[in-house]
Amino acid sequence: MKPEELLEHIRTRHEDALLARGEVTVTVARDDLLDTLAWLRDEPALAFGAVADVSCTDWPGRDPRIWMAYHMHSMEHGHRIRVKTGLSEDDLTVPTITPMFPAAVWQEREVFDFFGVRFDGHPDLKRILMPDDWEGHPLRKDHPLGGVPTMYHGASVPPPDQRGL
Amino acid sequence: MSVPRDVAGAQVAQGTTAQRLNEDLMVLNMGPQHPSTHGVLRLLMTLDGETVVDLEPIMGYLHTGIEKNAEYRTWQQGVTFVTRMDYLAPFFNELAYCLSVERLLGIEAPPRAQAIRVLVCELNRIASHLVWLATTGLELGAISVMLYGFRERERILDIFEMITGLRMNHSYIRVGGLAMDLPDGAEGSIAAFAKGLPKAINEYESLLSGNPIWVERNRGVGILDAGTALRLGITGPLLRAAGVAHDLRTSSPLYTGYRFEVPVRTEADCYARYEIRLEEMRQSLAIVEQVMDGLTAGPVMVEDPKVAWPAHLETGPDGIGNSESYVRHIMEESMEALINHFKIVTQGFKVPAGEVYTAIESPRGELGYYVVSDGGVRPYRVRVRDPSFCNLLALPDMTRGRLVADVVAAVASVDPVMGGVDR
Repeated sequence: MKPEELLEHIRTRHEDALLARGEVTVTVARDDLLDTLAWLRDEPALAFGAVADVSCTDWPGRDPRIWMAYHMHSMEHGHRIRVKTGLSEDDLTVPTITPMFPAAVWQEREVFDFFGVRFDGHPDLKRILMPDDWEGHPLRKDHPLGGVPTMYHGASVPPPDQRGL
Repeated sequence: MSVPRDVAGAQVAQGTTAQRLNEDLMVLNMGPQHPSTHGVLRLLMTLDGETVVDLEPIMGYLHTGIEKNAEYRTWQQGVTFVTRMDYLAPFFNELAYCLSVERLLGIEAPPRAQAIRVLVCELNRIASHLVWLATTGLELGAISVMLYGFRERERILDIFEMITGLRMNHSYIRVGGLAMDLPDGAEGSIAAFAKGLPKAINEYESLLSGNPIWVERNRGVGILDAGTALRLGITGPLLRAAGVAHDLRTSSPLYTGYRFEVPVRTEADCYARYEIRLEEMRQSLAIVEQVMDGLTAGPVMVEDPKVAWPAHLETGPDGIGNSESYVRHIMEESMEALINHFKIVTQGFKVPAGEVYTAIESPRGELGYYVVSDGGVRPYRVRVRDPSFCNLLALPDMTRGRLVADVVAAVASVDPVMGGVDR
């Protein structure tokens, strides 16, 4: 389906869906996320059966602070869509999509690892790339680049903007 | 010990030998330092004698924070970071990143640049599959295949060095086009290589296909059926070996006009993946030859001075360096050119706010870049959906109930590159 046709179809359920740079984005409330993904998957003309990517962006000082982005892909029709949902800083939880899309199991762990978003109902929510005893969530904007003690020798490398280069 | 559970929480491996004998299952670490784990992949295996009851891949040992680093550099500098992720497919990372930024900017690279991008990417796919063949051969005991695979790959790396100056981590594909045009002699080298490769692939085939040990180690091993693969979001040769003809190149505008086939097998085992990768090398070679035949003259970087990298490289007497005439132009003739050069190099260009997701077919499957801009001179977020990371998810399903030796074959057939997995 072409992006314009896709947009039209999505707008039958989500009036505020957007088309930008050839990509359709639909923004939903957190409580509506699972229903939306189920609808996108089960509607024969859409058939978004695969979750290509689960990720998010961090916007400190704004509300919502974290924007989850689910990139859905239909191998049947070859089209894609982005589903976004915003999470407030005081409640960074979102329902897991792993039971619906097992492909998301590690990607959700990665978002938890790097951003501290909790996925309600996730079967195995633990860090995946950072060490188990790491403190903080390094891809958050308020987490500095570098400036953390190296875990082995207690040495520390300051962030690039403090290196005086 | 407790009975292990799989991802969905279901109990697995009821009534194992160990349970019947009232013995414990054994938990064994394979890796992270193990020659067959492609770097630093750690496999936490629960074993019942020699049989794998459960297996959990553990990664992160090679995590270098590339996504975080990219947020602190200019858009153009981002290329030098992303090329270091999947180090066996650096051009694909550069391409997906640059396509994303170009889509945010609303620009398109000139036709010659696009053709050369396809050219280097397909050569890169051959090189990556050769490393796969070589390392898999080594892991399964076919050491001569290791030597042969690296022999041919070395010739591709020589071509890459000739074109980009580096054997790996090229930073050759830039936002807006390419760092520089093909040097003199590159086309001849590629043609000579293309002429010799089919013979080499036939040689691998005559060494391996039908070889009783190779067949024994691969046939019926590491089976991943299409249903499970789709459920787990597996892409690339693993999916195509299960009978799903899914290749993002067929729908990519970059590949319009090139004829190639998408090899598919239905056996869904390691042997099918071997056959697919060999055939993909042939198909990539066909694309390389088509690109060479259709290569037209023209610029390799967009004209817009607000985006285009200003430096002009040229081989000087010492073999490296900037173009003398360009240096004279900015140093002696034009103050504006110098200001522009300084601004683009130190500060970079601004990219309109927005977000894009660009997916291309890397040698391992869908490589996706989710790039977000807040309108500044640096990426706000560069998220990489790496196919190695996503495909490793299939490993427990491929190995449960099989022998430990089959784990080695299964890991090899996934072809994970830990630089991409851990990023």
